[in-house]
Amino acid sequence: MIVIVDYGIGNLASVLNMFKKIGVKDTLVSSDKEVIKNASKLLLPGVGAFDTGMSNLENSGLIPILNEKVLQQKTPVLGICLGMQLLTQKSEEGIKKGLGWIDGETLKFDLPPELKLKVPHMGWDYIKVNRKNPLIETEGKNRFYFVHSYYVKCFNENQSIATCMFGNNFTCVLNKENIYGTQFHPEKSLKFGMKVLENFSKL
Amino acid sequence: MALKRIIPCLLYDGSGLVKTVKFKNPSYIGDPINAIKIYNEKEVDELILIDINASKQKRKINFDKITDLASEAFMPFAYGGGVKTYNDFATLYKIGVEKVIVNSLIQEDPDVIKKVISHYGAQAVVACIDIKKPMFGVKSPYSYFGNKIKYTLKEYSKYLETDIGVGELMIQSVDNDGTWEGYDDESIEEVINTVSIPIIACGGCGNIDHLKKVLYHTNANAAAIGSMAVYSKKGMGVLINFPERAQIIIE
Repeated sequence: MIVIVDYGIGNLASVLNMFKKIGVKDTLVSSDKEVIKNASKLLLPGVGAFDTGMSNLENSGLIPILNEKVLQQKTPVLGICLGMQLLTQKSEEGIKKGLGWIDGETLKFDLPPELKLKVPHMGWDYIKVNRKNPLIETEGKNRFYFVHSYYVKCFNENQSIATCMFGNNFTCVLNKENIYGTQFHPEKSLKFGMKVLENFSKL
Repeated sequence: MALKRIIPCLLYDGSGLVKTVKFKNPSYIGDPINAIKIYNEKEVDELILIDINASKQKRKINFDKITDLASEAFMPFAYGGGVKTYNDFATLYKIGVEKVIVNSLIQEDPDVIKKVISHYGAQAVVACIDIKKPMFGVKSPYSYFGNKIKYTLKEYSKYLETDIGVGELMIQSVDNDGTWEGYDDESIEEVINTVSIPIIACGGCGNIDHLKKVLYHTNANAAAIGSMAVYSKKGMGVLINFPERAQIIIE
């Protein structure tokens, strides 16, 4: 059973809808400790600010069970957008500590003014897959929908699976053992996103 | 770098999809669910749905209908029309809407918009500016009902970006709406030179050249299409369709 963690933010409905569309029936949205305890996979969505995300997680009382599932039991977990950023140790966007499941930090885009790029990085963009992984094929032109002003830097380069170009190349997919993160929104990325969620469901 | 976006802008009258000309004479187009399913197949970049009668008829938002529509949209889905309270926004985000478009609410209750932005983020709110040329005078922001907008386009855009803090502006030409004659590139360019936030051009698109011009010459971040997305050709019958992205979007 895939549990989409409800900690008060994120487009839960959209994620659930896409799983339904691709025929992954054993999925539900929940904030219940018992339900999360029995999850075979977890999904951490997220839209908005880092500190709001961490506060909500803290207030939900779910961090201990999530830590146990992810760090002890090695339950596969996918963090989406803010959800991916919360996996890191800290963010320039806020003052709270992140979950720290990944050695890394979340940084604000520092764009060279001559490029005339505006934050947030918003819209469809192609990604470059640099490491073979079970979520996204290495070949092929894959585009996804992004909307974010901050990005993740993995301290361990091997955990950066795919990059996207916005000013500089930034990590848009990460993976460490059972932990996955996508900066883009698979649930809003048509058939490209459906493939990612399908692959996650098959892990 | 993010690609430019082409977005079907669907008008909903409370029961079905319609299409207007210069904001008047709505013609029936069809069932919104069927349209959205087709747009998924066509791989549109985003989708906008505006309930054009909700504010006018002081009708409540049809959340059930929007839940159904959002459940079929596997790309970013924006909704506007009759959004008044904080709960309206919260419910819309919960049922699968990514962005809420505000128009008359900007004059009626700017504080609720600011509150929503502080909780959900600027990217969740789009402000729509309708532009119309009055009988005497220049093109300016137009309020369909309620308070007259006293700002110039430049002032209003800046106010929305800086004071209210919305994440995106939709610049809609009332005069070009449904005419197939092209966007109001002049007004759009003026806004682009005034603000730093993304701009969606809307109103008047009739062909691929209009799209190329507004996206790569005028430099809007996104182009909304109305007639082009629901009619096979100007003056012809209903056909839910979407232009060839490869012919327009530069990668």
